[in-house]
Amino acid sequence: MSAPASDHGHEPTSFAFTQENLELAQRIIAKYPVGKQASACMPLLDVAQRQNGGWLPRVAMDAVADLLGMPRIRVYEVATFYTMYNKNPVGKHHIQVCTTTPCWLRGSDDIVHACKKKLGIDLGETTADGQFTLGEVECSGACVNAPVVQIGDDYYEDVAPEHVDGLIEALKRGERPKAGSQIGRRSSEPLGGPTTLAAFTTQADD
Amino acid sequence: MPKLTIDGIEIEVEAGTSILQACEQLGIEIPRFCYHERLSVPANCRMCLVEMERAPKPVASCAMPCGDGMVVKTNSETVLKARKGVMEFLLINHPLDCPICDQGGECDLQDQAMAYGFDRGRYLENKRAVKDKYMGPVIKTIMTRCIHCTRCVRFINEVAGVPDVGAVYRGEHMEITTFVEKAIGSELSGNLADVCPVGALTHKPYAFTARPWELRKTETIDVLDAVGSNIRVDTRGAEVMRVLPRVNDDINEEWLSDKSRYAYDGLKRQRLDRPYVRKDGKLVAVSWADAFAAIAAKVKGVAGNRIAAISGDLADVEAQFALKELMGRLGSTNLDCRQDGARFDTSVRAGYLFNSGIAGIEKADVILLVGTNPRWEGTLVNARIRKRYLAGNVKIALIGEQKDLTYPYAHIGTGPETLQQLTDGSHPFSETLRNAKNPLMIVGMGAFQRADGLAVQAAARITGEVYGMFRDDWSGFNVLHTAAGRVGGIEAGFLPGEGGRDLHGILDGASKGEIDVVYLLGADEIDTAKLGKAFVIYQGHHGDAGAHRADVILPGAAYTEKNAVYVNTEGRPQLARLAAFPPGEAREDWKILRALSEALGATLPFDTQSQLRQRLLAANPIFAAVGQTTPATWAPFGVQGAVDAAPFVSPITNFYMTDPISRASVTMANCTEALVGPAQERTGTHG
Repeated sequence: MSAPASDHGHEPTSFAFTQENLELAQRIIAKYPVGKQASACMPLLDVAQRQNGGWLPRVAMDAVADLLGMPRIRVYEVATFYTMYNKNPVGKHHIQVCTTTPCWLRGSDDIVHACKKKLGIDLGETTADGQFTLGEVECSGACVNAPVVQIGDDYYEDVAPEHVDGLIEALKRGERPKAGSQIGRRSSEPLGGPTTLAAFTTQADD
Repeated sequence: MPKLTIDGIEIEVEAGTSILQACEQLGIEIPRFCYHERLSVPANCRMCLVEMERAPKPVASCAMPCGDGMVVKTNSETVLKARKGVMEFLLINHPLDCPICDQGGECDLQDQAMAYGFDRGRYLENKRAVKDKYMGPVIKTIMTRCIHCTRCVRFINEVAGVPDVGAVYRGEHMEITTFVEKAIGSELSGNLADVCPVGALTHKPYAFTARPWELRKTETIDVLDAVGSNIRVDTRGAEVMRVLPRVNDDINEEWLSDKSRYAYDGLKRQRLDRPYVRKDGKLVAVSWADAFAAIAAKVKGVAGNRIAAISGDLADVEAQFALKELMGRLGSTNLDCRQDGARFDTSVRAGYLFNSGIAGIEKADVILLVGTNPRWEGTLVNARIRKRYLAGNVKIALIGEQKDLTYPYAHIGTGPETLQQLTDGSHPFSETLRNAKNPLMIVGMGAFQRADGLAVQAAARITGEVYGMFRDDWSGFNVLHTAAGRVGGIEAGFLPGEGGRDLHGILDGASKGEIDVVYLLGADEIDTAKLGKAFVIYQGHHGDAGAHRADVILPGAAYTEKNAVYVNTEGRPQLARLAAFPPGEAREDWKILRALSEALGATLPFDTQSQLRQRLLAANPIFAAVGQTTPATWAPFGVQGAVDAAPFVSPITNFYMTDPISRASVTMANCTEALVGPAQERTGTHG
């Protein structure tokens, strides 16, 4: 983790926002008062990361810094602080398995193992075809439906090892598997269905 | 005015004072690492915890403002336990390598671990290790020792204004870095090692050379620019081991520029340690008596108006005064201490001094920089302008070369015609000046080192008059000199006398053969090719351009090797003190002149330095107020006339090499290489 961002050998030499993203960036910047443009740093880094295939090269951080008139080191500080910004290239599908205590108690180790077996890679590695990157993350914040796997922008909850195969196969086929609970649980209701206020559950709340 | 009780003592403090500051007022010591009185308060080290009644947990005293009726305890069981706990956590990842650490013996962490820490460690696991970072030619990093107080990050952001350092990653992976492994482009980077409370950032040139307890400390002043920063010179035997800043809120606060701090290795190289006389075109080492005899043989019988003297940037007041007296006895009035060729009126003190004082910058609300690059000409003056900028509500404008000054400014012109437009009100910036309460102008040598210098000086004065820079309650007209010897020379009267030639006249005369003898008192930055066939006596401490041309060399003392007076750009006389003796046969400069005067049959009327100073005082009473400034009374100065439209150009092209000492310094050469660029023209000793 301590390696500077340019150590992986994939560092591009230049980065420029696309016209579309530049307009999006301007809209984001406009949300903040004049003189407080630096507040737009995080959303802009996200825009840059999406444009660059899911990871942030240094030149992209520089582009954000220059756009916001911030010292570059301030942007590096932000980008390195948050693990959601990837400083190294990732595959098309970034699989992030939560392994913090609630998910771990609910069997996240088995999910990690299933992913490794299915993809043939270890944590932090990318498949040779550049399709999948496997990672473990600290609490994803969806403990009620643990264990949780985040793939791209989607959360897959109540995941069991046997789901992994189907999820990855679907992704390989170019589909986008249904996000949310994999066992059909609605919202974060108790596993066996609601035990109180059952009469109200007809009103859909999700 | 909140009133609170600390350790049973009642104290009333200014609103906004932190508990830590209140404790300091009472003389109670609160340990701290991240808190620094001249930087912002992040409260992240947690070492300054104190107990406060009705607070559920210990509070960080550096960030807790005093409130009315607070009851604070700084030495209760809870506090002692809290400190021990914090210290134990800080030491978890701090290597216990004090015996090989350069900070050892003057380390905040070491001292506070002794005073407030646990008496043994309980940590048996592996410590983390962090890769060292490159931070330029003067800062050495051992990042494993870092305790993440972030003082360096705050210093470089706030005081230096060069946001190159930051803290990346987080938690246990947090690292202080420049991120892209580049040298810190600040002239104040040496202060990073000073603010670092541990041995993570240390001085590269000082690495592994000495321990603090074996050094003799001499409080003196710096002469490598005209700011007159207060310094402490640490010596071991005859060798200067390092230079550190001293606190002087009127001048340098507690910072020091890299040149002043690291050029000291130049004191060991290229030194003149014995007299030389040129025989058959070659310099031959001789005795003092032979050197004096050679001078006497040449000088005796030469008419006074065919003799001239030029003093250099590092010349002290006593030497310039003694040389002036000697030249007077030889009948010469051809004297100039402005070896850089600057032309300005010296008849009125207000016309050549930094009248507002460096601390006065903080009172200004509009700052106009004329023909100066303060970042290189007076680094700590620039730091003060930046401090003023950070305080807010100030407008800064520049006439001259556009440079990165670490704060934003309006570039309103390049040459003297802008001054005239400001005067007649036709320039858009005139409006801002007119509305200013305390307008301040800083004129650099770039405005005077030109043929129309006197007219520019007059134009600047008139602009100042129009906008109220000369008032009884406010002097906003400032001249920023570049050399420590300059103002002292002017105050001592080392200037062309009646019918005498100035620098240009002397060089002209010498090349035409109208001047037979030229006495260079440490003058190295003149065009020595123009000295023609004149007999050149060079008195100084380094084998630089002047010595190269000399016919007789008299080895003098550098600023760390003599007791002498220097006057800074504010007109503040300060004492430099002897920290080490001059090498070999070199002597203090006034003594050389006193001895030479005897050999020339024009004996100077003083035998001791105090007699000399008595005479100096009689000649100019401002020297009596050592460490003080004597306010200059206002009278018209300069010579009104036509000005050239040519843009102002700063005289300094390489901050790190401006004088014989810094040109001889390896550290300064490294800085030049890393920060100014290898394309820089080499001068002097780089033959």
